[in-house]
Amino acid sequence: MDITDLRSIATVAALVTFVGIWVWAWSGRHKKDFDEAARLPLEGDEE
Amino acid sequence: MSNNNVETFYDDYVIRKFTVMAVVWGVVGMLVGVLIAAQLAFPALNFDLAWFSFGRLRPLHTNAVIFAFGGSALFATSYYVVQRTSQVRLAFPLLARYTFWGYQAVILAAAISLPLGYTQGKEYAELEWPIDLLLLVVWVMYAFVFFGTVANRKIKHIYVANWFYGAFIIVVALLHIVNSAAIPSEWFRSYSAYSGVQDAMIQWWYGHNAVGFFLTAAFLGMMYYFVPKQAQRPVYSYRLSIVHFWGLIFTYMWAGSHHLHYTALPDWTQSVGMVLSLILLAPSWGGMINGMMTMSGAWHKLRDDPILRFMIVSLSFYGMSTFEGPMMAIKTVNALSHYTDWTVGHVHSGALGWVGFISMGSLYFLTPRLWGLKQMYSTKAIELHFWLATIGVVLYITAMWISGVTAGLMWRAINEDGTLTYTFVESVKAMHPFYVIRMIGGLMYVSGMIIMLWNVIKTVQMGQATPAKIPAAVAHA
Repeated sequence: MDITDLRSIATVAALVTFVGIWVWAWSGRHKKDFDEAARLPLEGDEE
Repeated sequence: MSNNNVETFYDDYVIRKFTVMAVVWGVVGMLVGVLIAAQLAFPALNFDLAWFSFGRLRPLHTNAVIFAFGGSALFATSYYVVQRTSQVRLAFPLLARYTFWGYQAVILAAAISLPLGYTQGKEYAELEWPIDLLLLVVWVMYAFVFFGTVANRKIKHIYVANWFYGAFIIVVALLHIVNSAAIPSEWFRSYSAYSGVQDAMIQWWYGHNAVGFFLTAAFLGMMYYFVPKQAQRPVYSYRLSIVHFWGLIFTYMWAGSHHLHYTALPDWTQSVGMVLSLILLAPSWGGMINGMMTMSGAWHKLRDDPILRFMIVSLSFYGMSTFEGPMMAIKTVNALSHYTDWTVGHVHSGALGWVGFISMGSLYFLTPRLWGLKQMYSTKAIELHFWLATIGVVLYITAMWISGVTAGLMWRAINEDGTLTYTFVESVKAMHPFYVIRMIGGLMYVSGMIIMLWNVIKTVQMGQATPAKIPAAVAHA
């Protein structure tokens, strides 16, 4: 195995990680958490 | 501020300073921009003075608008946003004060050393090594303050704006250290640690990621806080914001080689840069649509809220320049656009349209709140600023499009016998009227900024620096 194999593995791993994040974000299990998180700017100060 | 119950108030001391200085440096940097635009149109304005010539003042302009104006706005907003979305005071308040004075010292050193001709000769990384080291110290303190505040947060979730700001702080440190690596030979003289095409590739890996992480990711942090805030609605899709973030992170790093099409850089490296630049369109437009859709149901607010208008126009320019950028990264398009004013127009549609407008909108939001008021001294003046800036940008970029495409076509025109149809000076002559139009566009843009400075001074005089209370009941700890 040479440096080019390592580079290929790193590139594929990056792609898989990104797709994994996408699937995770879209899975719907976190909808409630995300809705709460989205309200954070509106709750940070007393106006 | 009293020491009693200090933990129940946000620490806005240094944010006020950065806010005012952002506007001051905005005026200064844009005035220098108009000056060098005038020098291009009327070369006599160089006055045969070395320190006043275009070559010395151009890096002063870029450093002043990107790092002094944009940077100060980012310090101000990131310190504001990280406290509000973490519902906790700024960590290391003393370090935060040092970041202000240290960063202003870097700006002053740049303003003196660049006209004197001290430069490392790398675009957007001109500052000589002692100033580079000072900036590094300031940046490490910045990281301590920002991430320390995130670590102290009272909210379990780290809001998406902080991810963008955090990526900006980490990546800018990485870029700065790698690209500024140099062998000093004396005070204010040094030689790059790299040579040949490697030096060029590292420079444009730096250069394009400065666009990606300084001018894009960081200002997206601004967008994800201040657009929902001003529209009084949560962001359209939170999960899209997560994919937007990681999409940019995984893609931007690879795009820099599109600055070196048709050079000594290996052909495959150029193609990688082109393909990854095209892919960038997807996350960029995802984010732009996310910001725009945050307005759904609140579009009527645009009618009488010029601050919100600043933000929406900024998103339009974000969408426009992130479409134009990938197109220009295509090698065959680049063969026409490279080394012409088209590039200059593209940069300014991003810088004036996207970065400028989102910063102005956010600073108009911040200023009255930091001085205990409900709104700016004059809303009419914001309205005037908005129209001056909008017409100014449009004049600027259309002039540069026409000038750039004209020059590009003239340079590649060939007679039947293979000789060039036009001499170089004929293309310069064709560009001249558009240089005058560009100067007028820039003049309008900076006029708006001067009105903003007046409005900010009036607002500060009218208000009083009042500490803002941290909400007592934390809903979701």
